[in-house]
Amino acid sequence: MITSERTPLLCVDNLSVRFGSTDVVRNLSFDVHAGRTMAVVGESGSGKSITSLSVMRLADMIGAHYPTGRINFAPEGVAPRDLLTCSRKAMRSIRGKEIAMIFQEPMTSLNPVYTIGDQLAEVLILHESRSRAAALGEAERLLSLVRLPDAGGLLGRYPHQLSGGMRQRVMIAMSLACRPRLLIADEPTTALDVTVQAQILDIMKDLQAELGMAMIFITHDMGVVAEMADDVVVMWEGSKVEQGTVEEVFARPRHPYTRMLLGAVPRLGEMNSHAYPLRTPLTMLRDGELVSEGEERLQDTADYSAAPLLKVEDLSVQFDVRKTFWGRVTHRNFAVSRVSFEIYPGETLALVGESGSGKSTIGRTIQQLQEPAAGEVWFDGRPMSQMKLAERQRLRREVQYIFQDPFASLDPRRTIEESIAEPIHTHGLMEGSRAIKARVGELLERVGLDADMAGRYPHEFSGGQRQRICIARALASRPRLIIADEALSALDVSVQAQVINLFMDLQREEGLAYLFISHDMAVVEKMSHRVAVLYLGQIIESGSRGDVFERTAHSYTQRLISAVPVADPTIRRDRSSLNGEVPSAIRPVEQPPVILPRHDIAPGHCVARENK
Amino acid sequence: MAATISLHLRNLKSLEFILGAVLLGVIVFCVLFSQWLFTPPGAIDLGARLLPPFQDVAHLFGTDALGRDVLSRVAAGGWVSLKVGFLSVMGSVVIGVVMGLISGYYRGVWDVIVMRFADIQLALPFILLAITFVAILGGSLTNTIILLIISQWVQYARLVRGSVLTLREREFILSARAIGVKDMALILHHFLPNLLGPVIVLMTLNVANNILLESSLTFLGLGVDPTIPSWGGMLAEGRTYLQTAWWISVFPGLAILLTVLGLNLLGDWLRDTLDPTGRTSR
Repeated sequence: MITSERTPLLCVDNLSVRFGSTDVVRNLSFDVHAGRTMAVVGESGSGKSITSLSVMRLADMIGAHYPTGRINFAPEGVAPRDLLTCSRKAMRSIRGKEIAMIFQEPMTSLNPVYTIGDQLAEVLILHESRSRAAALGEAERLLSLVRLPDAGGLLGRYPHQLSGGMRQRVMIAMSLACRPRLLIADEPTTALDVTVQAQILDIMKDLQAELGMAMIFITHDMGVVAEMADDVVVMWEGSKVEQGTVEEVFARPRHPYTRMLLGAVPRLGEMNSHAYPLRTPLTMLRDGELVSEGEERLQDTADYSAAPLLKVEDLSVQFDVRKTFWGRVTHRNFAVSRVSFEIYPGETLALVGESGSGKSTIGRTIQQLQEPAAGEVWFDGRPMSQMKLAERQRLRREVQYIFQDPFASLDPRRTIEESIAEPIHTHGLMEGSRAIKARVGELLERVGLDADMAGRYPHEFSGGQRQRICIARALASRPRLIIADEALSALDVSVQAQVINLFMDLQREEGLAYLFISHDMAVVEKMSHRVAVLYLGQIIESGSRGDVFERTAHSYTQRLISAVPVADPTIRRDRSSLNGEVPSAIRPVEQPPVILPRHDIAPGHCVARENK
Repeated sequence: MAATISLHLRNLKSLEFILGAVLLGVIVFCVLFSQWLFTPPGAIDLGARLLPPFQDVAHLFGTDALGRDVLSRVAAGGWVSLKVGFLSVMGSVVIGVVMGLISGYYRGVWDVIVMRFADIQLALPFILLAITFVAILGGSLTNTIILLIISQWVQYARLVRGSVLTLREREFILSARAIGVKDMALILHHFLPNLLGPVIVLMTLNVANNILLESSLTFLGLGVDPTIPSWGGMLAEGRTYLQTAWWISVFPGLAILLTVLGLNLLGDWLRDTLDPTGRTSR
């Protein structure tokens, strides 16, 4: 529908961006045409975000300079300009008006002390010099444009009263305020739940068609690329390695890096008809060549003949949210309501759900970071509530927890040797600094790092390496159960694939059981023996992986699965059924949530009744 | 180029340390050994009143209205000033950090008790507290230090409590708790090193502040015996002669300035050295 012979709206020509003496982007060229979406894909450190910040000339503020290149911006009816030679003043009138940008974190990109209406109106008053009344009227129209219900009422609300998805929609509305010719979206849905992500992507696609603007979409998620893009630029270590239409790139990737990237993406449904999780060989990039590493084998490690290692029975966890002046609790977050499950030795049980479903709370309660309100946790046949202090401390050795953010979960002021040795010291597992040092080295090698890295500090490692350090630390106390709370979510796909294999190898060799907490359906499908789906603190469907993914019974599970972006541009599903927000689990104390009755529809496949 | 910049920065860092250490070292040395290095500070020589500096080898910094040697008085006066400055800060840091850790870490009743004490403390005007204190216990060096500790521990307690409250939500603290690390080890190994930065900055600022406060107290008759020389006291004394004999107050002022400068340099260096993210280990 679009003629590519027309002059491109934005032409990035031989652009290099340099910080100090390091080239972050090297000789990058691409064109963006009106009405089309250009996806810039790459892993962390590829220079994709710096590219977008350079187009806005926001990279100047963090010390970038541009040794070579031009960024030609040629909207229809206006003389083309080279953005790199524009004055600061000229850039200010372009930013927000002709080129708009949305960022990743909707939580932090709105000013908390102004109402939504004020913030939207500010843009309109600034760039279009409208009166305040006219600006507020236009703001209301914009909010309904991004399909926010009750747009008029929203104008007077503050950012903290809105959910993440709603805030991101406000951000989109704000960026569209001056009808920009180009919209730059930097990972706009990464921080959102899958169902909300699907809604936002739909809205962005519709609006683009409606307004005919061009879009640069920056993401690391191949599924989102396949869903959104017309054209793709793949970046790797600051350079473009591949460019083409989305169909070409996905069907016939030419550069080995693109092939590796596509190979590492877990695809929902690829495990169909496998009874067990499958450890697959890794495709790695070595000196520009693709090599396959590791074996393929079935992960038949779960021992169902043994007694369950962990058994959770009718567990409920609650947080007091609001109190009266006299300290009487009026509102409570019913985070977890009567959840039961068990984990067998060598088994991986996945807890899936969106934010606020209570999945992390369950993990934290088992790890004794949280007190349960009711219910019982049995470990190795012993109820936790009956355990004495010493026994509880032993439990902290046998159950280990791995957090989502490997950047935040290591103490920045301790060497990784001190961090890894901490469980050994705490539980008095070993004597003598030489023996402990040797053990730390052994653990580091176990997770694929060098033993002589032990003296370094966390900031000297990449995200993937830090997550390996966290795993080494968890292994230090020879646990029997590891709770992995979104442990793969913050990692790049290629690193994620390696860590998945590491998890599986450790399970086979040490007989570990995992409680795998995640929102990523594709990773869950690849890794787990059994799956439990959480919604508002209750398990609404549980069963073997095949039961949940192939013989899905509950409509919410279906919604979750269908919301996952598929890394295949030829399948673009219609997801008009996805609407609305996940309701909140905060309720008045007098109205506890209704416990949905559950029943088995097949042996081991348990489904909650649906509210019609 | 980045390499040369970082090299440059590292040199700057060690320069900070060397400058700070030399400054403080010289001052502390002079003060400690003033008895042997200089003439007795109380020696009155009415024949040599208000001598300007750098003219007589015996009175390098000149003399004051009573003909006393400014240099030896500066050196001897440092004894009181440094003692007040350092001991009062040390005391309030120890009390403040412990209190802040207790209220931030254990929350609940402890938090309420400690913080209400802190609020009461902050609501009391310093002068009122000082007058009451001296009226009951009398003025002396020890009492001045105790008074300063009482009025300043709150700053550290609040600062530390604030840091603890943000730190305790951080994932590495949570992950240490998940491992089963006990309270004491958690506080010593994880909380303390991570909240020391701002405490060090506040410490260096307060040393200077307290040296001056001591002089104000002495001036009001609430502090140390005014016949014992101190930097703050000399500053106040010299004020009346500022037009005619600037050196009487300028040299003790310079001593305070250099001490504080040295402390700031050392404090900055210490803060950056304790922060591993600022350097690479190999």
